[in-house]
Amino acid sequence: MVDTQQMRSLAARLAEPEVRGRSPWADARRRFRRNKAAMVSLFVLILVALFAIFGNQLAAWSNEEMDFAVMGQAAQLGAPSFANGHYFGTDDLGRDLFSRTVQGTQVSLMVGLIGAGIAVIVGTLYGATAGYVGGRTDAVMMRLVDILMSIPYMFVLILLLVMFGRSMTMLFLGIGLISWLDMSRIVRGQTLSLKNREFIEAARATGVPAWKIILRHIVPNILGVVAVYATLLVPLMILSESFISFLGLGVQEPLTSWGALISEGAGTMNYGTLWQLAFPLFFFCITLFAFFFVGDGLRDALDPKDR
Amino acid sequence: MTTPLMTARDLRVRFELPAQGLFQKPRVLQAVSGVDFTLMPGETLGVVGESGSGKSTLARALIGLVPASGHAVWQDGTNLIGLSPRRMLKYRSEIQMVFQDPLASLDPRMTVGQIIAEPLLTHRKDLGRDEIRLRVKDMMDRVGLLPNQINRYPHEFSGGQCQRIGIARALIVEPKLVICDEPVSALDVSIQAQVINLLGDLQRDLGLALIFIAHDLSVVKHISDRVLVMYLGRVMELAEAEALYADPRHPYTQALLSAVPVPDPVLERAKRIIPLRGELPSPMNPPSGCVFRTRCPRAEALCATERPELQGGGHLTACHFPGALRPEELSKAG
Repeated sequence: MVDTQQMRSLAARLAEPEVRGRSPWADARRRFRRNKAAMVSLFVLILVALFAIFGNQLAAWSNEEMDFAVMGQAAQLGAPSFANGHYFGTDDLGRDLFSRTVQGTQVSLMVGLIGAGIAVIVGTLYGATAGYVGGRTDAVMMRLVDILMSIPYMFVLILLLVMFGRSMTMLFLGIGLISWLDMSRIVRGQTLSLKNREFIEAARATGVPAWKIILRHIVPNILGVVAVYATLLVPLMILSESFISFLGLGVQEPLTSWGALISEGAGTMNYGTLWQLAFPLFFFCITLFAFFFVGDGLRDALDPKDR
Repeated sequence: MTTPLMTARDLRVRFELPAQGLFQKPRVLQAVSGVDFTLMPGETLGVVGESGSGKSTLARALIGLVPASGHAVWQDGTNLIGLSPRRMLKYRSEIQMVFQDPLASLDPRMTVGQIIAEPLLTHRKDLGRDEIRLRVKDMMDRVGLLPNQINRYPHEFSGGQCQRIGIARALIVEPKLVICDEPVSALDVSIQAQVINLLGDLQRDLGLALIFIAHDLSVVKHISDRVLVMYLGRVMELAEAEALYADPRHPYTQALLSAVPVPDPVLERAKRIIPLRGELPSPMNPPSGCVFRTRCPRAEALCATERPELQGGGHLTACHFPGALRPEELSKAG
């Protein structure tokens, strides 16, 4: 009798609806929402992304067309106006600056996100492996990073672009090659401090293979730091791409990027066509600011020490 | 006579520390130097000793977390020491561990359900998702957690509850031996009793053998069948718990026992303790002969030259001059 009763109460307890837990991520999300600067910046970033995705639908001119009515007289006729459909004005060749800015935004955001994406994936796995395995493997892997870091990368990137021609793939390759180095160092450091925690030891004691420990225990626990660093890395990637493009070595016409547009605009700013500089620069600046504020907010939200 | 679950013979753990100078030999730290014991199925072996006496290292060696040498022979005749990870995997489900710090031993980014299920995911790949969840809930109920808390995260639980989660994780694969490395020393005294009683109940129900490491002698006395006293990586005394507490033979055990507080102010005030002078010697440079001689009230010339072997019938002692407490060794507790 007692047994059936016990069984019944056990069955009842097992059938009770499960309580939802409050995950560390949910906590971080709540703290992030309370950070006004970060939320505004996030909103700005969403707007910039929407501008990059849907801007072409709004544009009256395609980025490849030239407005022959304006061409050659950009300073007089190319100013921003709704009447002729050039919302942001035109450049010297009569191309619509609005659609050019949309295109530049697409390219720059893509460079930033892909660069940071490579850094996150390669850097995290590389650093976590080096840190977790330790010993000689760690030494060899990190010395390789040191060697790669010691190469003046801007110089090499410029050489690469000059030697193999200017192309998007070359640019991604060049930026991807160096962007993960810092990330792998940070991740390795974090991994070293996690490695001897008891929950890792518990997983090892129960026989979980090393690669699963890295993916299941180490990576989720350093993802906070990685996320912060990645959001700060995106603007750095955008900056270095813009720098390359400003030097005239980045993306090739007819493609363009913020850096290329700013470079063009800066070249003609003395001739009274200030809008050619102002619009790309505006997007460039607000995006960089927004990324830095979001990164800052993420750090405050994810860093347990500041709670 | 049943075969022992585990027989340890001459178990040693040494750590190499990096050399101080470029051309000097690396320094060697002998954390466990020659431990022997047998463990019967369903038995509880208490392990006590000061901090730094090698208790935790012993536990980690048995479970393969630190490289060791010697023998730790499992029931089926396999020596677990130096086994390749692939072959060790089979035994990892039979030997599980409960850790000291309840919160630190749980992954903060995982739900309780995921934490408890991890050994099952590793060892029972044949089980389906629903079956695993059901077993996790059943185990949570057994260790006194509400099964509907399965989706909560470790930081939402108290220390005692976290330790229950740790125990559930250890027991979910139905091990034969659970090594508890100071499972209660991070908990409040009232919670300690709960967790210890839980361990005792589960042990009775599941027929587990326990290796219970603690520095709290009264806790060990409460739960253990036999007690092993360690000092500087060596076994000083190994005896039935009753016998050891009633009649300690080794001066180190006597000193430890005399320091246990008595919950009676009158008795406590009248109690005499054996003062242990000085610190634990460095395990990098252990004393010659008997390792305890530098702090032993009975030490004589013989102790410095010859290491005493662990001897005696059921009550094993590693001392040249074992025996009951001598009156001159006592001093009034300050």
